[in-house]
Amino acid sequence: MSKTLFEKIWDTHIVKTIDDGPSVLYIDKHFIHEVTSPQAFTGLNKRGLKVLRPQQVVATADHNVPTLNQHLPIKEDLSRKQVEALIQNCAEHGIELYGLGHPFQGIVHVIGPELGITQPGMTIVCGDSHTSTHGAFGAIAFGIGTSEVEMVFASQCLLQSKPKLMRITINGELNKGVVSKDIVLYILSQITASGATGYAVEFAGSAIRSLSMEARMTICNMSIEMGGRCGLIAPDETTFDYINGRKFAPQGAEWNKKLSEWKELYSDADANFDKEIFIKAEDIQPMITYGTNPGMGIGVSETIPTTETINDNDRSGLSKSLAYMGLEQGATIKGQKIDYVFIGSCTNSRIEDLRMVASFVKGKKKAADVEVWIVPGSKQVEAQAIAEGIDKIFEEAGFQLRQPGCSACLGMNEDKIPAGKYCISTSNRNFEGRQGAGARTLLASPLTAAAAAITGVVTDVRELLN
Amino acid sequence: MSKPLNIVKSRFVPINIENIDTDQIIPARFLKATTKDGFGKNLFRDWRYYNDDESKTRADFPLNMSQFDGEILVAGKNFGCGSSREHAAWSILDAGFRVVISSFFADIFKNNALNNGVLPVQVSEDFLQRIFLQDNNTELTVDLEKQTITINSTGESDSFDINSYKKTCLLNGYDDIDYLISIKEDIQQFETQRA
Ligand code: SF4
Repeated sequence: MSKTLFEKIWDTHIVKTIDDGPSVLYIDKHFIHEVTSPQAFTGLNKRGLKVLRPQQVVATADHNVPTLNQHLPIKEDLSRKQVEALIQNCAEHGIELYGLGHPFQGIVHVIGPELGITQPGMTIVCGDSHTSTHGAFGAIAFGIGTSEVEMVFASQCLLQSKPKLMRITINGELNKGVVSKDIVLYILSQITASGATGYAVEFAGSAIRSLSMEARMTICNMSIEMGGRCGLIAPDETTFDYINGRKFAPQGAEWNKKLSEWKELYSDADANFDKEIFIKAEDIQPMITYGTNPGMGIGVSETIPTTETINDNDRSGLSKSLAYMGLEQGATIKGQKIDYVFIGSCTNSRIEDLRMVASFVKGKKKAADVEVWIVPGSKQVEAQAIAEGIDKIFEEAGFQLRQPGCSACLGMNEDKIPAGKYCISTSNRNFEGRQGAGARTLLASPLTAAAAAITGVVTDVRELLN
Repeated sequence: MSKPLNIVKSRFVPINIENIDTDQIIPARFLKATTKDGFGKNLFRDWRYYNDDESKTRADFPLNMSQFDGEILVAGKNFGCGSSREHAAWSILDAGFRVVISSFFADIFKNNALNNGVLPVQVSEDFLQRIFLQDNNTELTVDLEKQTITINSTGESDSFDINSYKKTCLLNGYDDIDYLISIKEDIQQFETQRA
């Protein structure tokens, strides 16, 4: 029988199925971080249990950590306690921790792939919604709540109902100045922030195949923004080349064995999807969001929708959103003054993102009254950027290169955008207060963010590319 | 174990806003705790106060209005989207709610709620709008056994879905971990077969 990519992985991970209920899904890899794990460890300890398979768990500290002076103790009391709790819990349960100061530390969804821990055909979970990122390797990867973190600790399994399946196919050639972030913001603007709720979403088509692994991760990362349970892309030579030789990648005979398994991971030609969406790559422009959910996006040179032109899903929220953002219906967004630029987060903080920004800003200077923060996704990305001299380019442009962590993506540490200020951000959420109470977030690609850093206003990057 | 839940008969607090994300339910800066308690007072924090100041209450936000009360929260479409933080479910439970009604729920929130003994009731958009039209003294009855929700003053009723496993768990206050631990041998056997 023909199967989808999702089904091929799902079916081989079912321990058993409860009658008229969910299935018991076996989990291969479990990532944890300081914010969503403490209560799970407490629950486990209360039951007198140990983590069942500590070798399948990997921990890092990312959400709460400062991005300046990481060698000093964390100033903020509660943040420090959370990070200390993680250190203690990992020690007690025998879990590998890449904490502050470790050369592998970084945002959980950046380090998993870069260390070769994330591999095709796996089931991967983490107490974090952007776990969907790992699906770019052809894995079933999804975010879970803290009770579920406790379940995986206790049993290496979760109770899950099989989601419906959706395929989004993007064929064609991308326009100049359009990168993977624009693709996903465009999809969101078409299907809205709840367009994939209840679905596992497979991304396919020639435009997807042409992308690097890091660009693919950006797309799967934001499948949760569509409401998707997870996002996946079938693995191919690009995937295998990326994994080969990484720290925890299989080696020798094991590599060959895995490779032949991975090559079977694709949706069969006549496999069935509950929903299919087709997009032409040529229709995608450099994108930006104007509202307070990630589905509220437009081409940078387009005008903000009005109550008449917007999709049904966002109509009732439009006025509230625009009032929060200080923007007007029907207005152009190009030229909007920007106060902060944040290039970072698990969506766009990998080395390719930093290289893209560096090659664009080389020899240019930031606008005088704009603050620019570049926050690498991991210690390894940071080290690579320094090795390539990217840090110098940023310094000359007046950009601040900070230390790895989630940073202004969610403003749990000190990196907050002040109330009322505009921040063009490469992160994934523009919710009210996401980057700090009252902060106004415009989501965009690293290229579009870099363009705004130079001009001080929302800019169509194509006008600056030769 | 959570507190068993069957029939909830109560007034309700209406928040007629769509796409309420978990950053609104509980802002990130309140996620620094290492226990599950005390989140209720920060539920919808940034919609309840001006400038994060507890002495500056927003009088027009339903949670601050004395005429609204009860164990049932009613909210617009696509409730609980965004971050997977279970703190959202904890804050709703801690604020005294056992049921959330909406016409659409985000997946992760739905699971998190069920895992904490909070029942997400998905009704039609039409029925949801009829609830919003009721005055603040109206009581709703949510009957988990029968899978129905009724507006008591008018007798209008709608049914809702829940898978039978989750229903049994809620009715009895069981949680998934108890079950998963009970099938440990199956899990070990599965691991051996794959190795
Ligand atoms: S970078 Fe942002 S979205 Fe990604 S894991 Fe951190 S907080 Fe979550």
